[in-house]
Amino acid sequence: MSTIKSLDELKKIRAQMKSATELREKGQEIEKLVQVKVSMGTCGIVAGARETLDGLMEEVTSRGIDNVVFTQTGCMGYCHSEPTVEITLPGQDPVVFGDVSGNRISEIVERYIVEGELVDGVIPVAYKTIHE
Amino acid sequence: MTDVKMHVLVCGGTGCMSSKSQEIIDNFRRCLEERRMDQEVKVIVSGCFGFCEKGPIVKIAPDNTFYVQVTPEDVEEIVEEHIVKGRKVPRLLYVDPKTSEHISDSKHMDFYKKQMRVALRNCGFIDPENIDEYIARDGYMALGTILETLTPAEVIDKVKSSGLRGRGGGGFPTGLKWEFASRYSSEQGKYVICNADEGDPGAFMDRSILEGDPHSIVEAMSICGYAIGADKGLVYIRAEYPLAVKRLRGAIESARSTGLLGKNILGSEFSFDIDIRYGAGAFVCGEETALIHSMEGERGEPTSKPPFPAEKGFWGKPSNVNNVETFANVPAIFLKGPDWFSSIGTEKSPGTKVFALAGKVNNVGLVEVPMGTTLREVIFDIGGGIRGGKRFKAVQTGGPSGGCLTEQDLDTPIDFDNLLAAGSMMGSGGMIVMDETDCMPAVAKFYLEFTVEESCGKCTPCRVGNKRLLEILEKITEGKGTPEDLKTLKDLSGVIKDTSLCGLGQTAPNPILSTLDKFWDEYVAHVEERRCPSGKCRKLISYRIDPDLCRGCTMCARKCPADAISGSIKEIHVIDQDRCVKCGACMDTCKFGAISKI
Repeated sequence: MSTIKSLDELKKIRAQMKSATELREKGQEIEKLVQVKVSMGTCGIVAGARETLDGLMEEVTSRGIDNVVFTQTGCMGYCHSEPTVEITLPGQDPVVFGDVSGNRISEIVERYIVEGELVDGVIPVAYKTIHE
Repeated sequence: MTDVKMHVLVCGGTGCMSSKSQEIIDNFRRCLEERRMDQEVKVIVSGCFGFCEKGPIVKIAPDNTFYVQVTPEDVEEIVEEHIVKGRKVPRLLYVDPKTSEHISDSKHMDFYKKQMRVALRNCGFIDPENIDEYIARDGYMALGTILETLTPAEVIDKVKSSGLRGRGGGGFPTGLKWEFASRYSSEQGKYVICNADEGDPGAFMDRSILEGDPHSIVEAMSICGYAIGADKGLVYIRAEYPLAVKRLRGAIESARSTGLLGKNILGSEFSFDIDIRYGAGAFVCGEETALIHSMEGERGEPTSKPPFPAEKGFWGKPSNVNNVETFANVPAIFLKGPDWFSSIGTEKSPGTKVFALAGKVNNVGLVEVPMGTTLREVIFDIGGGIRGGKRFKAVQTGGPSGGCLTEQDLDTPIDFDNLLAAGSMMGSGGMIVMDETDCMPAVAKFYLEFTVEESCGKCTPCRVGNKRLLEILEKITEGKGTPEDLKTLKDLSGVIKDTSLCGLGQTAPNPILSTLDKFWDEYVAHVEERRCPSGKCRKLISYRIDPDLCRGCTMCARKCPADAISGSIKEIHVIDQDRCVKCGACMDTCKFGAISKI
């Protein structure tokens, strides 16, 4: 890094570097964030889950939404509807969306993450896990 | 938003490093590379999380999963399960000892619930070797804002109004100390000195701050330099802290290369630079005059004050000495305001205090709590109570200069004045918990051994007097003491306190006086009945085999290292008391509970 010559420059660098520790700061208040999990089993990857994840991140970034964290997960078992994405809004139960690609990416961000209203193509949770 | 989706923080403090955390870090990097995930998952070596009892610790962000006692072999599973598949690894989560439930987030652990991290705010959160991460957490913003908007006098006023008191032990108001140093003229130089000579047995908060957040000390020293009109800073650190030295040196270098140290910092008129001086690890060198002599290449012996270092310090120049933890609070005071700071803690001791919780407590580690938290909360809520279900007996605070507090003191809100009133002191924040099996005369002996070893020998009361005290304690714990010895202990302690040259000698008898005061019966049992009630003093105990319970299995005889047990198979065994070395191995071995300690 080159020399910092003023408080303003320091502030600029701080803004640039914010992202370096952002994930950790967000993590301290994870229950207040929107958590997006993209299913990345073999089936998911083949169906384009990688593009879905990138698309969701791009969509969120371009809208300036900063309360979303992304994780990837293994096959959720809904291979028939890949790519699948599980979204947990703060204080709500997780909802799984199927066939998330193309226009559905912006639709889900716009209507579910921003507005909180359900979008077609929700997969009902069909099983329990030992962690519940 | 970057492409990085996950952060893996691995504790890189000395404690975890000694339990293979470097190997854990290497394994994470390798595993992630193999899966081509090294771009999206970042591995960060952080400072101490504080929960040293359960180290090495691995924390995963953003989901805040807190894995404990991780081994290098566990890494593969964490990557495969948690990072790739998004499933937590339950066997590595902390188990609440009370409810037996797995807790995945540190926020919900009793150990962290009552803590408030001000001095440790960045420890375990940022990569201490990366100045960018410190800047991202508002690092150097306090310094920058001060240089742009405040005069040195205003800086001192703010420190004064925050009420910050020196965390090295004495609790002297920091703002006042700065004000004294600012009054002396600085034509031939003036120094800001950071005391990182942490010598109390069991204390490790300064080391952890330097390892986990070294830039906060660099920034605070610069702020102090601006306030008192100094352009040179020196950190006196013991050479036994190699990791802290390395991180501090790295922080100074990166601050220098970004212009945050050096000439005309952030475009202002203010110039400041920091050097490191190494100590050989002598307890007395934590005393500010001894520390200054040691830095000048002289013997680390104290001289009487006045003159105070503010007037005649390093090379006879005005100097201001503060301890590491005191400095760590300074940037936070300016970021959040003196009012915020003084609203935490108690009226006369605002802010928080870091304690190194050790001894017979379940959760050994580094704990930061608001002043005014009670000893009970620290030991039982945060510390998880006494190890092995034993009974609490005493807690030693303030290191060798402090005293022992008992059951009756547990509800004392901890602050500088309350601890003094209770017969101990804050000291640098060592807190050693003792249970029913600890013998108090033996505890006093342990501390005396330490101070006798560490005495510089310059003044007679400390050099000779403490040695005599130790000899008397040795007599008592060997069952050779007399009632007159107890009187001598008390009288001599008083003389040493009154006549020693420096704080080391003046406080050395404290562990004796406080245990005499609070555990008088135990001393009496030793001298009058030749008995150690806690069963700790080897010379005063003996092991016996109950003939009714002995089955003649020969296990104890085989285990005995001194061949003191005789008896053949299926016959009752007997211990020869003259040969017995009282190690207790026989008692631990016996399956029938036939051996007891009396």
